[in-house]
Amino acid sequence: MKSSVITFPGSNCDRDMDVALKKFGFKNKMVWHDDNELPKSDLIVLPGGFSYGDYLRCGSMASKSKIMHSVINFANSGGMVMGICNGFQILVETGLVPGVLLRNKYLEFICKNVFVKIKDKENKYFKNIDNEVLEFHIAHNEGNYFCSNDQLKEIEDNNQIAINYCDKYGKIEDQYNPNGSIKNIAGIFNKEKNVLGMMPHPERMIDKSLSGEDGSLFFKNLLNNLK
Amino acid sequence: MKISVIITLKKDVLDPQGKVIHQTLDGMGFNDVNEVRQGKYFEIDTKETDNDKAKSKVEEMCKKLLANLVIENYKIIDPK
Repeated sequence: MKSSVITFPGSNCDRDMDVALKKFGFKNKMVWHDDNELPKSDLIVLPGGFSYGDYLRCGSMASKSKIMHSVINFANSGGMVMGICNGFQILVETGLVPGVLLRNKYLEFICKNVFVKIKDKENKYFKNIDNEVLEFHIAHNEGNYFCSNDQLKEIEDNNQIAINYCDKYGKIEDQYNPNGSIKNIAGIFNKEKNVLGMMPHPERMIDKSLSGEDGSLFFKNLLNNLK
Repeated sequence: MKISVIITLKKDVLDPQGKVIHQTLDGMGFNDVNEVRQGKYFEIDTKETDNDKAKSKVEEMCKKLLANLVIENYKIIDPK
């Protein structure tokens, strides 16, 4: 399986993602934001970081960069596009996934491990994964997911919520919501579920001795689903 | 021609920065403040000389980049 990670000025999780994808068998290529064409890929990843210094709104400048025209076309024709953290912020700014990511409710940069419950498995990202709950890492200042009531209804009606913040048993409650996101939303899909945006970083959970291995489960499963 | 744009958060959107500014003002002794909402202000100097054309171009900029219409409203100030 071939993947591509897009590097924007200010991306800083692009190489971690490259390591993670390669570790589990993807043939990964790094793609510069100023390029026009995507290499042939089964998966495009928009990595975390601080593209364009988070100027104006997080992800707003990156969403207008040259390569994003190709990424948007790729997504609209059914291609798999995953945005992590700043990548999620870029996705909402393109409109590929609904809503926005606001400043965290308590104005703190949050950097810690969290548990997320998989809300929907009828998609190529989480299909066949055994676990209901995964431990991932978050590190963000603007991860407070927000959308209008009409959008929320549509998201729920279409089962577009991918993962919710929860405790280690999968209980989704306010106290396990780190940033104030509506309904503890940590990640969402587009309607067709080929585009996934999420704040947590699975690429930071691929080594038992460093952190944890729930990211390994995610990437192994993703690779199998794409075969 | 210079055109100004003010971007504000929509009414129902939480503004934690505005809240903290409010609290700080309160702590400084400005106790009669009801609420503070933080926004953004832009000055755009355009080559366009026709007032209406310039305004409609700036409106397009607001919709496409300057504002995120899910959470923000924009207001274009008439050039003087």
